[in-house]
Amino acid sequence: MADDSTIEGRGPVTTLATPIRLDFDFTPGIAQSVFLRGLARGRFMGQRCPKCGKVYVPSRGSCPTDGVPTTEDVELANVGTVTTYCVVNVPFAGQSIEIPYICAQVLLDGANLSFMGLIQEIPTDEIRMGMRVEAVWVDEADLTPSLASVKYFRPSSEPDADYESYKEYL
Amino acid sequence: MAEHEALHASHVLEYPYSRSVGPVIGAFLTGLREGRLTGVRGAGGSVIVPPTEYDPTTGEDTGELVEVGPGGVVETWAWVEQPLPKQPLDHPFAWALIRLDGADTALLHVVDAGDPGSIATGDRVTVRFRPEADRVGSMADIEAFVPEGSA
Repeated sequence: MADDSTIEGRGPVTTLATPIRLDFDFTPGIAQSVFLRGLARGRFMGQRCPKCGKVYVPSRGSCPTDGVPTTEDVELANVGTVTTYCVVNVPFAGQSIEIPYICAQVLLDGANLSFMGLIQEIPTDEIRMGMRVEAVWVDEADLTPSLASVKYFRPSSEPDADYESYKEYL
Repeated sequence: MAEHEALHASHVLEYPYSRSVGPVIGAFLTGLREGRLTGVRGAGGSVIVPPTEYDPTTGEDTGELVEVGPGGVVETWAWVEQPLPKQPLDHPFAWALIRLDGADTALLHVVDAGDPGSIATGDRVTVRFRPEADRVGSMADIEAFVPEGSA
């Protein structure tokens, strides 16, 4: 068995750090670059399908239904509707937000696609489907072409949206 | 930049794995940290370096730990003219299979030979450890092997 005599009182070696690291040069593509540049200005930018008229945010550059390029840029509202949500109570490695917190799908006004957002400034047991929320942005000097520019969403003072208005987006 | 040009950014994906090494490789790594090279006795009395928990030919448990080296013989080698950023040395070196004195198998490591004319199969080399304070229990505790007599 192992010789347990060690230098500086350190015990026998039992583990080995074997990190795996990959360095990428990432490009989000042209359509998502529009979205990301919007974030750097404190705006949500989407794109509209010329055929069905749906507005995607963030846009991938084409309409998944019609298979045509989405070339028209559309600026969306700063407010939207919670279509569905999840309250996170479980800690995990690398967690940066204090638990419990709310992770929600937010359908921005004018958009036909929801995206995930953090909901704050509300007790976790008061979140509900249909709740109207508004984006809170970082200070203007800290805006970057990244979703980190959106600090979180918080309840707006409007009444809840009708189920009919977002039932297609669940 | 025009509004309809794609952005670029560097992106690093890193998984900070750590693995459990077990009693035999653990003893080998502990030995490296202490500046010793260790093998293990396998079936038929052969000495395996780096040590394994099981004999690779019979599958039986291996036996006692045996100190080997610090010198050895280059069995084969390949020259690296332009080292990559994460390779062990930042100047040209040889990857080599080194059969340490007292061992029956070869260990893969680096020979800091200077130039490819200064290394040949059958050459004697000896270990160069990192300074004791820098050793952590890893293969990198061996900085390199060097031609015997040049250390």
